[in-house]
Amino acid sequence: MSRGSLSTGLNELLKEANQLNPGGSLRLNDSMVSTIYSRAEEIAGRVVTREGKPNIDWDKKLDDILTSRFFGFPSMLLLLAVIFWITVAGANVPSKILATGLFWGQERLTELLYWLHAPAWVNGFFVEGIYRCLAWVVSVMLPPMAIFFPCFTLLEDMGYLPRIAFNLDNLFKKAGTHGKQSLTMSMGFGCNAAGVIACRIIESPRERLIAMLTNNFVPCNGRFPTLIALAGLLVMGVATSFGATIIVVGIVLFGIVTTLAVSWVLSKTLLKGVPSSFTLELPPYRKPQIGRIITRSIFDRTLFVLRRAVCVAAPAGAVIWLLANINIGGVSILAHAANWLDPFGQMLGMDGYIIMAFLLGLPANEIVMPILIMSYMATGSMIELDSLEALHRLFVGEHGWTWLTAVCMMLFSLLHYPCGTTLWTIFKESCSFKWTALAALIPLGVAITVCFVVAQTVRLLGWA
Amino acid sequence: MGLINQSCGIGAIKENFGKSQFSNADHVIALAGNPNTGKSTVFNALTGLNQHTGNWPGKTVLRAEGRYIHQGLIFKLIDLPGAYSLMANSMEEQVARDYLCFGRPDATVVVLDATCMERNLNLVLQVLEITSRVVICVNLVDEAERKKIQIDYHALAAELGVPVVPTAARDGVGLDKLVETVSGIATGRIETKPNVVRYKEEIEVAVRKLEPKIKKLIGEAFNARWVALRLLDKDQTVIAAVEQWLTRKDGVLTGMEGVVLA
Amino acid sequence: MCVMENSQDDYPANKIIRLWDLPLGKSATVNSIQAEGITRRRMLDLGMVPGTIVEAIRVSPAGDPKAYRVRGAVIAFRKEEAHKILINFKGE
Ligand SMILES: Nc1nc2c(ncn2[C@@H]2O[C@H](COP(=O)(O)OP(=O)(O)O)[C@@H](O)[C@H]2O)c(=O)[nH]1
Ligand SMILES: [Mg+2]
Repeated sequence: MSRGSLSTGLNELLKEANQLNPGGSLRLNDSMVSTIYSRAEEIAGRVVTREGKPNIDWDKKLDDILTSRFFGFPSMLLLLAVIFWITVAGANVPSKILATGLFWGQERLTELLYWLHAPAWVNGFFVEGIYRCLAWVVSVMLPPMAIFFPCFTLLEDMGYLPRIAFNLDNLFKKAGTHGKQSLTMSMGFGCNAAGVIACRIIESPRERLIAMLTNNFVPCNGRFPTLIALAGLLVMGVATSFGATIIVVGIVLFGIVTTLAVSWVLSKTLLKGVPSSFTLELPPYRKPQIGRIITRSIFDRTLFVLRRAVCVAAPAGAVIWLLANINIGGVSILAHAANWLDPFGQMLGMDGYIIMAFLLGLPANEIVMPILIMSYMATGSMIELDSLEALHRLFVGEHGWTWLTAVCMMLFSLLHYPCGTTLWTIFKESCSFKWTALAALIPLGVAITVCFVVAQTVRLLGWA
Repeated sequence: MGLINQSCGIGAIKENFGKSQFSNADHVIALAGNPNTGKSTVFNALTGLNQHTGNWPGKTVLRAEGRYIHQGLIFKLIDLPGAYSLMANSMEEQVARDYLCFGRPDATVVVLDATCMERNLNLVLQVLEITSRVVICVNLVDEAERKKIQIDYHALAAELGVPVVPTAARDGVGLDKLVETVSGIATGRIETKPNVVRYKEEIEVAVRKLEPKIKKLIGEAFNARWVALRLLDKDQTVIAAVEQWLTRKDGVLTGMEGVVLA
Repeated sequence: MCVMENSQDDYPANKIIRLWDLPLGKSATVNSIQAEGITRRRMLDLGMVPGTIVEAIRVSPAGDPKAYRVRGAVIAFRKEEAHKILINFKGE
């Protein structure tokens, strides 16, 4: 057989197929789908029997509340608030216990090293650097995650997520994007990389890109603890976990508004176009298996967070310790860098150390807070830090934080840029340097603008 | 279960197209079905892995692979994204469609939602056009029971001409039977005679004209009737795939570009 | 777009209207789909072939989309899509 003859054969076949169905006159697809469906109907008619109606139509009853004109939006807000409240309130105690335990461990380690006559830098590098950073990540991250994820999974298994998309679709339509973007955002709560992957459910490339570029505005699990801790700081002494919950919910809502606004701008400028067709199936509610959800997501999450903490936080702790302890001209590298970044930080309502923590936190958002604490502690006098009160003393007492600093850091954390993993995922999904770069630059631009405006306005008005 | 290791962080982008993780498998089994029918739940139950499951259409967007051992044989199981039909409309549907059409698994399990049979049978009938090595897994029978829906599985098997297994995958009910049946199909122990849908006469006439020519051109690599229908429908992805397959074969035959293209 | 009315007296009026205009709680049968391309295929895949019974069951709190029962499943369509589906509706 000579080369190419097979392809020629195919071309002839195509020509013949074309003659058999000239200009698509058979309306082939329509006719075939109709035939298949009438056969499906026939089979179903023969094999499926319904013995009357179920006693209570739970789907209808639930949907009558969860998607109703009056209760649809309030119930969404309430559910969000309840989940965060359980997370914030419930995480307090285990966080404290973990911190106490882990920092007790730190002292014992130091004693052990002292007893072994290890050089001072060993204790500094391993205990004050690596171990302390790990301890922070674990005690701050773990409890909120262990509470948030089972709650979220419960809603997911019940079938609530498509209802969110159903309720919010009109907003997304007005922003020129796809209603399923709210599903990808829900995934983003867990992890922005997962959210970006989930964007594959959006058919139109334009809308998929918008969803990918804006997924970062949903705070992922790496940023939640930061937000929660800062919210706790803000309301300390004034209100309880209830107040912190309201702040966190407010921040999340602000993220959603930003998503819509940025999506709208994108669909009017860089990614111009009209919304594509939208169909969404609302599956029946299903009873979730509460026991299994709790055990699995705690177990799975726990191991996951611990592993990631070891992989990212340990080297980060080491780097910070080195930066804080290598001096150039009598001042540590860390202080040099922070001082250099300070004017920029101040402009945005923060300081050089915070900006530096965000920069070093690019590989994973969960280490931003530990890095900040470590760099503060490396320059301060405090050694132990095992409670929110201690954090308050460190931030407010020693580093001159005001409520504006906390607010700006929360905003910056919400908006800044996706973590390295997410950027890598965006690159894999879009196969484009340009969109990957924009995925970092657009949020960064938004974050800088928002923080700048907030900080300057507040200062102008003399509120802080 | 949502948001777990596999679906987060760097794990989210792990997908192995083409090259296989478990190349030593004896049989390859694909899991297909409408979105949200419990494919990933079946997958997890059989392989012991942790694919993301949850009650909303669209949470599985990538192809996942796992394996289980049954009677000394290694079965590689492929979890596919949900699809309403095989005329791919979205990226995730295309992943499913491409695998079923061109991945040529030894058996395909179509997972059905017992509470929504009519819509689900649409996909089943389309899958039967591509391959006869099909097992129907009617899942969520516990939900159907709760909604007082009864299904005559024997009649269903007779109508379709392929084996039917009822399951409640989340509770592990019926999975032994499913594994047994899958192994029967994959090893050829169970013969099937699928009742494919007959279209209106004009279409059937056209198909009869094309079918023998397609058989001559591509042999048994693809189901000739299905290719004929796709060519008539001018399905560009299928045409492109057949073309690619032919070019490759051409190259191998002439021995010129075999290495490069194969 | 023509809206025909059946004028025979002894039948209930059988109107061709758009799916979007089907009142909540009412059923009708699909007459035809006016969308083309991928949207048309998607609707067909979901079982919206002529003759299929559809029931309007709820509307989003934001007024759009609306959810319909089609072949045992609940599917939400935006206004734009539901406008492209014509139905035979035996009105009150
Ligand atoms: N009640 C019940 N729920 C199930 C069963 N199988 C799966 N589910 C649930 O149905 C939902 C969809 O399952 P999933 O495996 O993610 O579906 P997929 O989209 O086909 O992969 C999940 O919430 C499962 O927990 C079952 O047999 N009974
Ligand atoms: Mg799945």
